[in-house]
Amino acid sequence: MSTSSTNSAASPAVSGLDYDDTALTLALPGSSADPAADRKRAHADHDKPPSPKYAPFTFSLKHESSARHAQLLMVITLRTVPTDLDAAPCATTCRARAVGWPPVRAYRRNALREEGGAGCKLVKVAVDGAPYLRKVDLAAHDGYAALLRALHAMFASCLAVRGAGADGVGRLVDSATGAEYVPTYEDKDGDWMLVGDVPFKMFVDSCKRIRLMKSSEAVNLSPRSSSQ
Amino acid sequence: MGRGGSRAAPAAAAPPWHALPDEVWEHAFSFLPAASDRGAAAGACRSWLRAERRSRRRLSVANCYAASPQDAVERFPAVRAAEVKGKPHFADFGLVPHAWGAAAAPWVAAAADGWPLLEELSFKRMVVTDECLEMIAASFRNFQVLRLVSCEGFSTAGLAAIAAGCRNLRELDLQENEIEDCSIHWLSLFPESFTSLVTLNFSCLEGDVNINVLERLVTRCRNLKTLKLNNSIPLDKLASLLRKAPQIVELGTGKFSADYHPDLFAKLEAAFAGCKSLRRLSGAWDSVPDYLPAFYCVCEGLTSLNLSYATIRGPELIKFISRCKNLQLLWVMDLIEDHGLAAVASSCNKLQELRVFPSDPFDPAGQVSLTERGLVDVSASCPMLESVLYFCRRMTNEALITIAKNRPNFTCFRLCIIEPHTPDYITHQPLDAGFSAIVESCKGLTRFSVSGLLTDRVFKSIGAHADRLEMLSIAFAGNSDLGLHYILSGCKSLKKLEIRDCPFGDKPLLANAAKLETMRSLWMSSCSLTLGACRQLARKMPRLSVEVMNDSERACPLDSLTDESPVDKLYVYRTIAGPRSDTPSCVQIV
Repeated sequence: MSTSSTNSAASPAVSGLDYDDTALTLALPGSSADPAADRKRAHADHDKPPSPKYAPFTFSLKHESSARHAQLLMVITLRTVPTDLDAAPCATTCRARAVGWPPVRAYRRNALREEGGAGCKLVKVAVDGAPYLRKVDLAAHDGYAALLRALHAMFASCLAVRGAGADGVGRLVDSATGAEYVPTYEDKDGDWMLVGDVPFKMFVDSCKRIRLMKSSEAVNLSPRSSSQ
Repeated sequence: MGRGGSRAAPAAAAPPWHALPDEVWEHAFSFLPAASDRGAAAGACRSWLRAERRSRRRLSVANCYAASPQDAVERFPAVRAAEVKGKPHFADFGLVPHAWGAAAAPWVAAAADGWPLLEELSFKRMVVTDECLEMIAASFRNFQVLRLVSCEGFSTAGLAAIAAGCRNLRELDLQENEIEDCSIHWLSLFPESFTSLVTLNFSCLEGDVNINVLERLVTRCRNLKTLKLNNSIPLDKLASLLRKAPQIVELGTGKFSADYHPDLFAKLEAAFAGCKSLRRLSGAWDSVPDYLPAFYCVCEGLTSLNLSYATIRGPELIKFISRCKNLQLLWVMDLIEDHGLAAVASSCNKLQELRVFPSDPFDPAGQVSLTERGLVDVSASCPMLESVLYFCRRMTNEALITIAKNRPNFTCFRLCIIEPHTPDYITHQPLDAGFSAIVESCKGLTRFSVSGLLTDRVFKSIGAHADRLEMLSIAFAGNSDLGLHYILSGCKSLKKLEIRDCPFGDKPLLANAAKLETMRSLWMSSCSLTLGACRQLARKMPRLSVEVMNDSERACPLDSLTDESPVDKLYVYRTIAGPRSDTPSCVQIV
């Protein structure tokens, strides 16, 4: 996880990426680049690597090489982090989930989520230009910002985030061209809507599938307000 | 056994018993069903070794890397049924890197070569590809049983090959696998002349199946005893399937939910009434209590009920379970709550195995009122209870001591208190006393999982008392190296030890290196091990394979790392096959 003190935008903005805001490390959002302060953190429902706990296995890129590595397939961590993760002191006493705990089989976890009862809403996510679709659980996120981060992480090879404001919500852009992706979704009536207009809970209820449209195609949708 | 006699030679000169022909011993050994007994016999002398291994019909390879497939086929040439297990148990919870290994292909290839008469194949936690399934279908003329448990890597295309190629298939048992759906109508590939199916379990399949094809298959397989459907079969089709197969003994209903219609209810009720032999029931039932009474007529006969994917709760659930007076096995979600378990305790006195799963494992608060009470009640009233898996959010030493006193006959006791380091919620003490009581009272305990706040003291008890313990799982427990030392220097029968997030370091591992060769495997993750200790262990114990895995799924050249480098994941297992050659970049054999 980057802080602005360890990275400076040494190179001119390549491919439209804003290097003040992002650094490339092999870690999850919420982990620091300093091994001593690293905490083991992971999403229990992804196979992502937990934050590097030990120096030999930390692999982070400093700003000089950032430009070259912009295109690589790596998890891009965001600058803004929920504050409760920053507060947790160490792996054994933190409240965040440890990987694989409690010991519930992946098969059972997936089945429970798809029950739909306790709240799981898996919808397909299509990104224009990506070779295959993914599924994301809308109910697992508590707001548009969290959902954006999840989508970003899923399609890290072709997406980047730009313009992350104070609330952590930025825009998803193509990492190669800098062209903006417009997040849209199909609602219960079959209409394609712009993500972000309605309260998040309402969106989760009515969303059937998500498509990140290349701006050029999204001509008929109203422009996003920057406060989102 | 072994007296010479009618088979060997004319009565005048019976040969001494140790010179009897192998066939006599092979026949004698056929009366030893347990592999451990056969193994013991094989160790007695060379002729018994020869006779035993040449007549071994069932082979169980508990660790696919403990021996090479070629070794297995060469040593036991007459095998008809083989079971092979791959990844370590913690792979179920995502702790093992995805590409770790456990490919089934080398085993299938060796079997195709050396066991042409193979009839049964079972894989657990292994990577099985469509090519494997195609090879199975093509290589064994009399193939009858395919069982895949927690496997991945194959699709409905592989199933199609099995359906089309295995003329004598009796059992197709797919349990909790990840199967890719290629939209191939694999069920249709069972030929019209095919009638031998006894078990069909496709409950883990995500896609649709052709219901008409399924109905025709079920109709013509008159010996079908086990049918476990997936979620794509609607309730009205379930009714008609049951009418076609009233002889069924085990049924998995798939998704049992629909809006209430009296017609559909009547259909289901009538269909179940016809299933006089139904003994085992499972399914993913949503909250439709209105349909539960349709099952009432089968409740009396049920010995096994798996509701662990069923989100039903409340009085209807309790009423239903209370009618199942002959239950021996009950798997439920914690939605049953304490008062539900109290009802189980009073109604199901023949219960032998209870598993209670968390409906919302990641909710720290827990909306459901399932506590230590439920387990205490069941252990008090079910005299035959011997196996428990229980997820809950609070526990006391007193409850555990009571349970230990009530039920000294536990063979498997797995308690998972969901929040790590949870103490006794009344006294705020560690749960050492409670878990110690279990291990001291239950002399026949073979499997044990501990949780909650625990110090080294509990491991002292386990090491000292758990003489029959074969598998031990520890997480977020202990406070020093002593904890691990107690386990490894005690626990005479220990075979599998899996540890995560405990402050155990190098010293007890190295001090007890020899113990590891008496065990099948050891897993340690997020403990305090260093690479130097692993190197030392590997040097000291050449018949152990010492695998080190790093966190980040990336290659790390081990040679460049110092002895002080911490090791996040360690997997040690005994092997006669030497270091395996299929490790991915994130796994290194020290």
